[in-house]
Amino acid sequence: MDEAFVALSLPPILIGMFAAIACALPGNFLILRRQALIGDAISHVVLPGIVVAFLVTGAVTTWPMMIGAAGAAVVAVVLIEAIKRLGRIEPGAAMGVTFTSLFAFGVLLLEQSDTSSVHLDVEHALYGNLESLIWLSAEGWGSLLDPVALAELPPELGRMGAVALLMVLLTLVFWRPLKLATFDEGFANTLGIPTVTLGIGLVIAAAVAAVAAFDAVGSIIVIAMFICPPAAARLMTNRLEIQMLWSVAFAVLSALLGYVLAGYGPLWLGGENAVSAAGMIATVAGILLGLACLFAPHRARIGAPRDAVG
Amino acid sequence: MPATFLLALTLNAGYNAALVAVGAALLGIAAGSAGAFLFLRKRALVSDAVAHATLPGIGIAFIVMVLLGGDGRNLFGLMVGSAVSAGLGLLLVDWISRRTRLAEDAAIGAVLSVFFGFGIVLLTVIQTMSRGQQAGLESFLLGSTAGMLMQDAVVVAAGGALAVAAVVLLRRPMTLVAFDPDFALASGIPVRRVDLAMMGLVMGVTVIGLKLVGLILIVAMLIIPAVTARFWTDRTDRVVLAAGALGGVAAYVGAALSASAPNLPTGPIIVVVAFAAFLVSLLFAPGRGVLASALRRRRFKLRVHRRQGLLALAHGEPILDQLTLAVLRREGLIREDGVATEEGRALAAKALRDERRWQVARTIYQDEAISGRYDVLTAIETVLTRDQIAAIDARIGGPALVAGGA
Repeated sequence: MDEAFVALSLPPILIGMFAAIACALPGNFLILRRQALIGDAISHVVLPGIVVAFLVTGAVTTWPMMIGAAGAAVVAVVLIEAIKRLGRIEPGAAMGVTFTSLFAFGVLLLEQSDTSSVHLDVEHALYGNLESLIWLSAEGWGSLLDPVALAELPPELGRMGAVALLMVLLTLVFWRPLKLATFDEGFANTLGIPTVTLGIGLVIAAAVAAVAAFDAVGSIIVIAMFICPPAAARLMTNRLEIQMLWSVAFAVLSALLGYVLAGYGPLWLGGENAVSAAGMIATVAGILLGLACLFAPHRARIGAPRDAVG
Repeated sequence: MPATFLLALTLNAGYNAALVAVGAALLGIAAGSAGAFLFLRKRALVSDAVAHATLPGIGIAFIVMVLLGGDGRNLFGLMVGSAVSAGLGLLLVDWISRRTRLAEDAAIGAVLSVFFGFGIVLLTVIQTMSRGQQAGLESFLLGSTAGMLMQDAVVVAAGGALAVAAVVLLRRPMTLVAFDPDFALASGIPVRRVDLAMMGLVMGVTVIGLKLVGLILIVAMLIIPAVTARFWTDRTDRVVLAAGALGGVAAYVGAALSASAPNLPTGPIIVVVAFAAFLVSLLFAPGRGVLASALRRRRFKLRVHRRQGLLALAHGEPILDQLTLAVLRREGLIREDGVATEEGRALAAKALRDERRWQVARTIYQDEAISGRYDVLTAIETVLTRDQIAAIDARIGGPALVAGGA
């Protein structure tokens, strides 16, 4: 049992947790800045990015794909800004035009190119393959101390862990300016904080988290983790520091519970096969958010009209 | 391929292709016109939540139909299921953004990701079900028109026609609410109900479009035509009409293109056609297009340079700016050596006089409506009446001659 758990379940759970944390941290700021759907847009445009990378390199390898995805994310952000500014279009619509078009373009490219020999399709891009990220050489908890076995860990684990760590570091380093710029952009400007650069930096950090997580777990978790844990955390407290902690807690809980429910839930219900872990993690995140909407201490909007509160 | 494309465009590329093209065109018209209201209400991305929220409904409808012993892929049943879950998602977005302090974009993102995630869980459940032909539910993600049945096409066509009829019926209250919800509320229009009806319409279009373009790309059919139409006109009724027309044409051409070559799935190709129309509008539309506004800016700049050049001539100051010199030269207001021509002197005198008139006018009329119009370019005749100008002229004396210039 231990052996199976360490080999089959531990790596995906950890990868899911790291992905959730990496997305939830920037998600807190995106939610407060009303840019929550940036994550949605980025995870749609990742598809054309990886297809182009595949067409250029001719193989499904990690780094070119990551670069392609990141490139597509940058193109999307630039395009959204351009449409917003040049056409004087509201941000939501500009975003909708951009990401759907790029996604459609990606699907067309994918259909036109010969990808039958490789594992590259739309479904994979959406749900990822969390379940398949297993650690075959593990023989129990002892393998965690065995360097030979550790070298065989799925590479996604290391990457996702590094990105999660990077997000934590970025959050700590830029904490004060980010917090100021998020709550009072005018005041931050007078203090000499480059708010525009900071905003772009935040979106780029979000894109990095999205692309890394996308590679490991698919885009559906990315969108859910950008929004659900921070949104639930927002309803728990009025202090940003505490909100960040709550969001990390919700993210970790979603990943853990979601994976376990997907893997073992059907067995408990008498089924035979596991269900999609990515989908289940998103579902659990949603249930947590739903509970927060119903019971969290700071769920109501201050100054909301009575009929809107009651 | 061009020959096949022409055949498809004239509905001669076979029964299935013709069916798809007509159904797509109707859907495009419905989506474009319904999306226009959504866009004007600044809630374009709600459609994204609605579209993604259909997935669990499709899964549940399939499971229910198979458990009841029917055909799990019955399009009508799947549409009913998807409508129920999309409606639920819609109500949740509304509830979260009204009852909690989360903003609407967070509510949209939460609903779309969670519903979609749950839908995928259901799809994996269906994959492991022993009964029912499970293949094909994934086609609802991106749409699939291959092997579309007559009855499916009829459902799409009838649904599209219904949606268009609903737009026609609801256009007045929806216009009012889209522009000024407060005014609409004060005029006795049930804003919330109109909003919900608008969203219901979007939901209807989404559900109808599932089979054809898939749930991820139906959003594009709602948003892109409306945004494109907005470039061409400032009138609501025309935006709605143009968006409907654009949506219909894009869908029709896209369907024809898709029929004319292998591996061109209908949904994405329709979106790419619509996006091409959008790009053309973004660049070349009169008024709001990039080219038009660049030209406008250029014209404005030249006018400023011309005016400043004339004033400099009037004051007898040397002109150093190359662009100003070029502008004046081109109009024959100065000679090659920079000396003002007869016409240049006359216009300079007029400019100087206007400037004086403005100075006086701004001391007399200190309200914004008049002195606020002063921007060096606006001719004073367009702001004041002849009598008012005569009164000003009486204070500054008759026209004075300007010296020959530098």
